[in-house]
Amino acid sequence: MTAAVFFGCAFIAFGPALALYIFTIATHSLRIIFLIAGAFFWLVSLLLSSLIWFVAGTIIGNKDEPLKKYLLIFGVLVSVIIQEAFRFSYYHLLKKANEGLKTISPFETALSMRLLAYVSGLGFGIMSGVFSFVNTLSDSLGPGTVGIHGDSPQFFLSSAFMTLVVILLHVFWGVIFFDGCEKKHRCTLLIVLLTHLLVSALTFLSPYYVISLVSAYIILVLMGIWAFFVAGGTCRSLKLCLLCQDKDFLLFNQRSR
Amino acid sequence: MLAFMASDSEEEACTERTSLMSAESPTARTRQEGAEDTAPWRSLDGEEDGAEDPDQPVCSGLPGLPPGPDEELALKYGAKHVIMLFVPVTLCMAVVVATIKSVRFYTEKSGQLIYTPFTEDTPSVGQRLLNSVLNTLIMISVIVVMTIFLVALYKYRCYKFIHGWLILSSLMLLFLFTYIYLGEVLKTYNVAMDYPTLLLAVWNFGAVGMVCIHWKGPLVLQQAYLIMVSALMALVFIKYLPEWSAWVILGAISVYDLVAVLCPKGPLRMLVETAQERNEPIFPALIYSSAMVWTVGMAKPDPSSQGALQLPYDPEMEEDSYDSFGEPSFPDVFEPQLPGYPGEELEEEEERGVKLGLGDFIFYSVLVGKAAATGSGDWNTTLACFVAILIGLCLTLLLLAVFRKALPALPISITFGLIFYFSTDNLVQPFMDTLASHQLCI
Repeated sequence: MTAAVFFGCAFIAFGPALALYIFTIATHSLRIIFLIAGAFFWLVSLLLSSLIWFVAGTIIGNKDEPLKKYLLIFGVLVSVIIQEAFRFSYYHLLKKANEGLKTISPFETALSMRLLAYVSGLGFGIMSGVFSFVNTLSDSLGPGTVGIHGDSPQFFLSSAFMTLVVILLHVFWGVIFFDGCEKKHRCTLLIVLLTHLLVSALTFLSPYYVISLVSAYIILVLMGIWAFFVAGGTCRSLKLCLLCQDKDFLLFNQRSR
Repeated sequence: MLAFMASDSEEEACTERTSLMSAESPTARTRQEGAEDTAPWRSLDGEEDGAEDPDQPVCSGLPGLPPGPDEELALKYGAKHVIMLFVPVTLCMAVVVATIKSVRFYTEKSGQLIYTPFTEDTPSVGQRLLNSVLNTLIMISVIVVMTIFLVALYKYRCYKFIHGWLILSSLMLLFLFTYIYLGEVLKTYNVAMDYPTLLLAVWNFGAVGMVCIHWKGPLVLQQAYLIMVSALMALVFIKYLPEWSAWVILGAISVYDLVAVLCPKGPLRMLVETAQERNEPIFPALIYSSAMVWTVGMAKPDPSSQGALQLPYDPEMEEDSYDSFGEPSFPDVFEPQLPGYPGEELEEEEERGVKLGLGDFIFYSVLVGKAAATGSGDWNTTLACFVAILIGLCLTLLLLAVFRKALPALPISITFGLIFYFSTDNLVQPFMDTLASHQLCI
């Protein structure tokens, strides 16, 4: 519960997202705008799901402990479904916006759908991560002892890792989802929804971090591989990239001479 | 209010469509004086325009581009200008939130302004609501009266009076409020500072600020000072406006902004129109300008325009705190000569910039600062309001690009901000709190 924990957890949770932002989005104004719009959409979906949870809670009335837990689980599941619904509607909005941009200024290159998928996924992810973790982070700056009542002392660390996995997953889900929408593969959308539900459901096993975190990371790797191939990567291009022989790297080197 | 620094090739006379936006365009041509002196002051940031970024829908300007069909021009003010406004708004909000979260002085209740005389320490909810509405009415009427007074002064060319008023208010902001702010920050961090050092620091800060804002200075420094001044003003409002009054005032002022800028007899609209009729820039103080302008090799100075155009700044913000209309924030906003002029070495930058009134900065920061100060959701509420305001600003700029006339910048953002504040505070925060305590992820 010191600055070390604060900075450590902050960078674990948000480091990759920050790096992705700085290297791919920060210098392009249009991407920043779509990122913030994506964040806004996620926020609205959260608002809607909180409203539903709140209304459900008020309807049920007096709540005792197990009922509260069920209500929370219900809230989580509804929230996931609404998030994916908003991702779907964001896809349609982006499609229309792209068309609009193309007709308004035909000599401008509008953003490709794949890029928009990545940007929107990142927007969703960043907002989701920030909203889940920032209050915990600010608490970690203050005094206190973690787990003094018998809870796990790894609360902050595991929350940080969970946040990280959720952010990256949102990026991959965004890419896969938009691709599924473009190619009209309903099953892709369903798989994204199901994996999202699965990851959220895994967090119900909350003090047993090993299972939830490890499974979440396995799902992350799988989704990552899928998103890579969906976005047009191939094993060959990956190999070239890793061996620094890909076209972009060579061109960049030539230019900088 | 947002206004464009008008584009080059508006050859039409002041038609209805163009009258509200090209306030600076004819004037700039007369402000040739100091072209050479000011050239070194200008930052050349706009240069990154050169790299053709396929993501930007902005046609990076050929000054020679004739006014094509509306659709072509519609996106000349594009993503880049949105970001050029996002950055200062974010900075201002960041300063305000950082101060609110760390310096306890600005969240302590210690009295109210005379503009909000009714107290909110009443036993019943109804009475409290009534008091806050009354406070709002008083505040808004003060603002309306001040605006009308200002417009009247401007109409009857009482420039010296305005000049004096502006200088007095910026003196107060840059010296007194800065001194108080510095004192409180030092108290919070328990840092001792002796009076001579303090005097030197505040004197330098204030003097450079006065020079930068009212006369000439590097663009970045000017922008920085305007941001700091807006943040200081917002902090004053956050401290002295009582709770409910603040929210009602925010709502009322966005309605007022809408009316004042869009209605034909609205004071702000009349101000803009008068300025355009006279081919003068509106008060060169209450606007944050995002343009990076740089001209070289312009015609010789025009001394006759000196007096009329050197309108000083107007940080009379505690009285005109609505201020959401644009003024060129530096007296030497240039416009490239019309491209028909032969032999003119036009090395101008793409100078389309967007201007945002300082009042908009102030009220955005008040909203976010209040959310940070009083929201029980802590950072969630603050972030939600922040994103909402940015999206509102983005939408307003989109409308600006489509309608191309001065628009009020407050209504959409403040509406979104208010909606998100109340809903996040009451609905989202309990949900997220419960989730975080069980470590559930959605």
